[in-house]
Amino acid sequence: MSLLTVDNLTLQFDTDEGRITAVDDVSFSINPGEVLGLVGESGSGKSVTAKALMHLNPGNAVYDPGSKIILDLDDGPVDVLSLKSNRDLKVVRGGAVSMIFQEPMASFAPAITIGDQMVEQLVLHKDITEKEATTHSIDMLERVGISDAEKRFNQYAFEFSGGMRQRAMIAMALSTKPKLLIADEPTTALDVTIQAQVIDLMKDLVKEFNMGIIFITHDLAVIAQTANRVAVMYLGKMVEQGPVRDVIRDPVHPYTQGLLNAIPKIDDLDAPLTPVPGDIPSPLERPAGCVFNTRCARIEDRCTQSVPTIKTYSKDHIGACFVTADERGAT
Amino acid sequence: MSDTASDVKSIISARDLSVHFTLRAGWFANQSLKAVEAVDLDIPKGSFFGLVGESGSGKTTLGRAFLKAVPITRGSVQFADGEVDYNLQDLSKADLKDYRKRAQLIFQDPYAALSPRMTVRDIIAEPLEVMGLTSSREETDERVREIAAKCRLNLEHLRRFPHAFSGGQRQRISIARALVSNPDFIVADESVAALDVSIQADILNLLKSLRDELGLTFLFISHDLSVVAHICDHVAVMYLGRLVETAPTRELFAAPRHPYTKALLSAIPSLDPDHVSTAQKLEGEIPSPTNPPPGCKFHTRCPFVIDRCRVEEPALEHSGLEHDVACHRWRELAEDPIARAMSRDVDA
Repeated sequence: MSLLTVDNLTLQFDTDEGRITAVDDVSFSINPGEVLGLVGESGSGKSVTAKALMHLNPGNAVYDPGSKIILDLDDGPVDVLSLKSNRDLKVVRGGAVSMIFQEPMASFAPAITIGDQMVEQLVLHKDITEKEATTHSIDMLERVGISDAEKRFNQYAFEFSGGMRQRAMIAMALSTKPKLLIADEPTTALDVTIQAQVIDLMKDLVKEFNMGIIFITHDLAVIAQTANRVAVMYLGKMVEQGPVRDVIRDPVHPYTQGLLNAIPKIDDLDAPLTPVPGDIPSPLERPAGCVFNTRCARIEDRCTQSVPTIKTYSKDHIGACFVTADERGAT
Repeated sequence: MSDTASDVKSIISARDLSVHFTLRAGWFANQSLKAVEAVDLDIPKGSFFGLVGESGSGKTTLGRAFLKAVPITRGSVQFADGEVDYNLQDLSKADLKDYRKRAQLIFQDPYAALSPRMTVRDIIAEPLEVMGLTSSREETDERVREIAAKCRLNLEHLRRFPHAFSGGQRQRISIARALVSNPDFIVADESVAALDVSIQADILNLLKSLRDELGLTFLFISHDLSVVAHICDHVAVMYLGRLVETAPTRELFAAPRHPYTKALLSAIPSLDPDHVSTAQKLEGEIPSPTNPPPGCKFHTRCPFVIDRCRVEEPALEHSGLEHDVACHRWRELAEDPIARAMSRDVDA
């Protein structure tokens, strides 16, 4: 059984302007030691999906009754969406599942030392004393490459640089030895040299801890360097999913193809930059049929009339497009 | 535009340009922060000139100094667009007003840069009204419509408010606002950084076609090297307030000379999943500009550091046609097979 299985996740929000669909019938799974890249532009539903895994979406979130999020823990499978009280949710929040956010400055409390914050969550989630937690936290800070960890342990977030804060965030997220790590744009706010350091660090840690990682980013090159598998989301729909090599070298969905064409490639400076035409529609104006039909170059009548189902193109490589499925004989 | 040195005229020429800030608050009482130090730089007229570096390298401050938006501590900046010739340190009030019309800024965040209470028309028209460039409402409207069309904005949208627009559309509004006074020098500070890749290419293509159509010169400040590689014809690399290397884009990306440039290029993640980087990763982080190291500012992170680098700051010197580098060891490193291999790794 997979470490995490998400089945038919459908999630809507009740807003003043009506009920909007943020995630629509999304399914995926992750094995231990596997990195799943979740790609998509703003408004694609990737962060909402990640938050659903820890039941962190706000109160106006409405989960479809058919949605299932199953986490396979040591004591047996847990159905995350059936957990109601905060006490029950402790199993997943910060215990078996940890999360790293984009902006490390916003993720630490400014008036509490980094060390106290690390110790607090350890004592909360693990059956250890404060003293053990302190030793373990300093050890973790050293592991992520923070020099002078004992001194740093007693400092505040503002005394850390951006890259160091993100390292400390990773150290804190990993100190409870989670089974699943959700990293939401963990390198986006960082400089390219620091990004390279953090990517290397995360790769090493996956190997060492054998956990599963969901790596959310809009940067396909970062995905290419970190993930084993990629899932591409657009307007709440999973439009393509597969092994990283297959998706990047032979994308099946016109949206993935468009994304790849829009990326400036450093090894081919003569290649024109081709934008995906138009803008992502507002979630209040979701197109009927295929969600990508307002921007797709290969649109046909059927694309506006019905929603394409997910077809298999090759082993583990799936996509939801009428046109390319016919072309390539996907079933 | 031409790439040869002889017939290029510089729209901006900076000599020994330094911008220092005095920090007054808290622990840093009366410390001096050298945001930009002794920069010599020529921006050829009509070029798309890239300025890259990590956060804290001083690239934004340098851009602001060219716009006379920060006080210049030392050195000079000459602006010459063919019509006027200004020395930015001593501009009369009237000249400064004229300069504001000729040099404009496009901001990073299209969500923060536009007032939510103004219609798109009023946002674009504001510079015209503030600078008194048009004499009637009809004239203003006509100019707004003209520039909006050039920026591929739907004229129907001029009556709407910014909240109705996506990031890409907002950035087109920001561009129209910057261009409405008919400037010829534009500082674009991380102007596509907040946009999704699918939209980013569209804005980059728009900027390029505007450059060609209107004869603009762009200073394109960015931390994204792949974007710079695609859009700019010249690139300058900054580190801790200093220029460390400048060259035509292709040359810089094919044969970087400064160890910092090499490290930056090799840190760009490759789109090829099987790419195995053998490049030496840069250790540590950029030192604080309030307490910069002596000698070469990069020596604390440089894999090729020697004793000389720790005490003597290298000057920017010619290493080829239009290719300048500030490194004591660039000559020997250019011949060293290991150092060469490292710089070739970008797309290996």
